[in-house]
Amino acid sequence: MSALLEVKRLEAFYGGSRVLKEIGFDVVDGGITTILGANGAGKTTTLRAVSALVKTAGEIRFEGRRIDALSTEKIAGLGIAHVPDGRGTLFNLTVEENLRVGAYLRRDRRHAAADFKRVYDYFPRLRERSAQQAGTLSGGEQQMLAIGRALMLRPKLLLLDEPSFGLAPLIIREIFEIMRIINAQERVSILLVEQNVSLALELADHAYLLETGRTVKSGTSAAFLNDEQIRRSYLGF
Amino acid sequence: MGGVYACLGLALVMIYQSTNHINFAQGEMAMFSTFIAAMCLQSGMPYWASFLATVAFGFVAGFAIERIVLRPFKDMPETSIVVVFIGLYIGVNALAGWIFGHELAPFPSPFPEKAPFGTTLISGHELGMIAVVLAVVCALYAFLRFTRVGLAIRASAENPVSSRLSGIPVSLMVSLGWGVSSAIGSIAGLMVAPIVFLDTNMMGGVLIYAFAAALLGGIDNPWGAVAGGVIVGVVENLAGAYVVGTELKLSVALLVIIGVLLVRPSGLFGRKLVTRV
Repeated sequence: MSALLEVKRLEAFYGGSRVLKEIGFDVVDGGITTILGANGAGKTTTLRAVSALVKTAGEIRFEGRRIDALSTEKIAGLGIAHVPDGRGTLFNLTVEENLRVGAYLRRDRRHAAADFKRVYDYFPRLRERSAQQAGTLSGGEQQMLAIGRALMLRPKLLLLDEPSFGLAPLIIREIFEIMRIINAQERVSILLVEQNVSLALELADHAYLLETGRTVKSGTSAAFLNDEQIRRSYLGF
Repeated sequence: MGGVYACLGLALVMIYQSTNHINFAQGEMAMFSTFIAAMCLQSGMPYWASFLATVAFGFVAGFAIERIVLRPFKDMPETSIVVVFIGLYIGVNALAGWIFGHELAPFPSPFPEKAPFGTTLISGHELGMIAVVLAVVCALYAFLRFTRVGLAIRASAENPVSSRLSGIPVSLMVSLGWGVSSAIGSIAGLMVAPIVFLDTNMMGGVLIYAFAAALLGGIDNPWGAVAGGVIVGVVENLAGAYVVGTELKLSVALLVIIGVLLVRPSGLFGRKLVTRV
């Protein structure tokens, strides 16, 4: 299988300070890759770098094409949907308007209408609340809305930043199950950043470990689960 | 008068919807556009052609001001931007004085002098003005609520990062928002000029009333701005006639502003921001 997203020698900067020093990883077409690491290792920044939300150096390729010089809007237009850290809910808009924002780049009106149905079928609770102000949703519902907004773009690659953050275990299960379905049925590749390491390794097929802005380990999820050091540091057994 | 407050209040709401800022120079920009209209009329253009030309000028000017004057301060704190607005206020006012001079000039109304049905309660111009304001608010409401670009403008104002991740060109939307609001402001200028005479300071008092109107109605709601405009207009004149006298009319607007901020900061019809975490 070929790599959909290839990242080589990626660096990123906040102001003058270099927060990513040497990041390299691939996302296989149709696969789920997860990036693990402690707080402050640079996981969120890595996703922000892919979407050009921070200043970067190095090489990022999507479907073989360099994208590291493109703007955030252009990158979204290529089919990379980013579900940001903190969910990025548009609080004052209704649930339905939030989804319409996600469909902004869609030219094909009719298919977009079918996609509303698709998102509402994945997340029936959003359908119930479609006319409600998005700021009144619970955390789990907002996470569903954020994923729904990303799906409206008809992405080839979904970047997910901490989808489990602050949510109840039951809701987390539900959301992860839906991500598995989206990946399997619609062939949407996923790049997942997650604090909950066991959950992430369960969903993903490939994993990378970051430490202070560098990729220090890579392998299949199965290999990560059997790695003594990973188990001791991140899984606690 | 309520119609004018409503119209300029609408322009304030529009800028607020697209940038989350209050534009203190809104009135001056409207005044400048009105002078452009006067120039068009003097050169012999018919009224409604001048009207369209002026609205188009307002749009382009608003768009350009955002690009040239405000863009460099995009990431500055709120107070810096307020200072930029004040600079813009003084700058536009001085520029208008320099180009057009400081003499008062009458400005024509497109509407007949006498209202239909022989009523004397309201003049023809006031009636026409109310119709224009209602048309503007309906158009604006439909634009923001139902069009793709209108939604993109609201989304960009609320969460630029999220909007960009969905592929919305946020910087273009901000400029568009300025263009639309400046165009609405020029309509307000065209409507108020026949009442107050054309003059570089004609919008000074009006802006404060418009500000009161927008706040009273709720700064994020176009209909609220209209209702607020009417209420402020009525209260101002009643209070001016029976309570405080004409000299203190302007302080009524200030009282409204302070009162709203104290008692109900989201305004009568504004949405209170409800956030659950």
